[in-house]
Amino acid sequence: MIKVRKLVKRFGLKTVLRGLDFEVRTGEFVALLGPNGAGKTTFLRILASLSRPTLGELRVAGYPLPSQAAAVRARLGVVTHMPLLYGDLTAEENLRFYARMYGLGQADIRLAEVLELVGLSARRRDLVRTFSRGMQQRLAIGRAILHDPEVMLFDEPHTGLDQEACDMLDRILREVAARGRTVVMTSHDLARVEDLASRFDVLSRGVITASAGRDGLGGNLLDFYRGALAG
Amino acid sequence: MSSDRKGPTPSSRPPASFSRAVFAVAWKDLAAELRSRELLSAMLVFALLVILIFNFAIELAPSLRPTVTPGVLWVTFAFAGTLGLNRSMAIEKDRGCLDGLLLAPVDRAAIYFGKMLSNLTFMLIVEIVVLPVYSLLYNTNLFVPGLLGVILLGSIGYVAVGTLLASMAVQTRTRDVLLPILLFPVIVPVLLSAVRASGGFLQGLPMEQIRPWINLLAAYDVIFLAVAYMVFDQVVEE
Repeated sequence: MIKVRKLVKRFGLKTVLRGLDFEVRTGEFVALLGPNGAGKTTFLRILASLSRPTLGELRVAGYPLPSQAAAVRARLGVVTHMPLLYGDLTAEENLRFYARMYGLGQADIRLAEVLELVGLSARRRDLVRTFSRGMQQRLAIGRAILHDPEVMLFDEPHTGLDQEACDMLDRILREVAARGRTVVMTSHDLARVEDLASRFDVLSRGVITASAGRDGLGGNLLDFYRGALAG
Repeated sequence: MSSDRKGPTPSSRPPASFSRAVFAVAWKDLAAELRSRELLSAMLVFALLVILIFNFAIELAPSLRPTVTPGVLWVTFAFAGTLGLNRSMAIEKDRGCLDGLLLAPVDRAAIYFGKMLSNLTFMLIVEIVVLPVYSLLYNTNLFVPGLLGVILLGSIGYVAVGTLLASMAVQTRTRDVLLPILLFPVIVPVLLSAVRASGGFLQGLPMEQIRPWINLLAAYDVIFLAVAYMVFDQVVEE
């Protein structure tokens, strides 16, 4: 579903990604771990076609990037620690706007379905700026799954959420994964991703330094992570 | 997320049409502004203050008014417009909404034209308010059909290049300062043509003398719109 070969990204003289190779099969839930500044967000932004690679080959959902970026974006849902929502529009208006941008014709049924899934049906007519951080993040997930994407990218989705909101987010993430969607998520919260992901990759100094499935961790995730950074 | 997909899947669903995306972006901006009135009120108050300051600063003899009025009007529109352009893009950037727009599977030029359409609407609303106030303060009739046409053409040119440069400036930390520095040198041909054509109508010059300025204005509008259409994708992508 995602294939990346020899990906390089430079910002001026600074090289952030140094020949990164990465592959995700359909239905996998990959947790992308790494210290601050490792290049996780840059990598996800390139996969989301928000940033151009300097060098390398990328294919997402069978389409090459950046040449067929629009086709990739139609199959992609992205959630970041920013909600990407308009505070002066209601929850429903925000989703309706994105439904139009994704070419969903009569979106009423889908909108109701998504609002129900993220537990915001009762607040559908409230302005987003009146929402708590957790509610905004739930609506952000609603926005990202509105067009039923095949691939989902989550960039630190738990940032700034309280325990209850994190639990609700995890419930939605599990539901997304259970539907067979391919998920790549960056996070610093090892305890939380250990329960969610089916594979763990460590990105350090611009390359993937370790990769293991749930069974291949050889102990717990923290030891695996520390080992990957030390190696 | 529905496992039993009721609608078409992403692979079979046609992408949003260009015009649909343009109007969706413009509708979103207008709906949000209708609620907050943040941008329009700032532009309006600023424009009216500029007009008032000019009124106190320069005591105009009636014979001088047709020559000075176009300059005062376009300085007011340009300053108020810059305020609006900055704010309009800042709203997108501050909450990460620009990324949300760029993630949509539409031709990114549609995002530019949608933002341009809403910015143009805001600018025209300010102009609709400013013109009668100026007429009252300076006792000058500004409701000349030709002049209104020039204001429309000038505003399109201003907003066309302003929206593009605002989307560049908003990526920087110094966006508030950077936009006027980038915009005003580039917009000189539009402002010059608009001021000359507006002056021509107010002074009652024959159409033969005004037409070259209108043609120049229309040509710049087309050029700026075409350039923005071609480069917007590169401007907003990292």
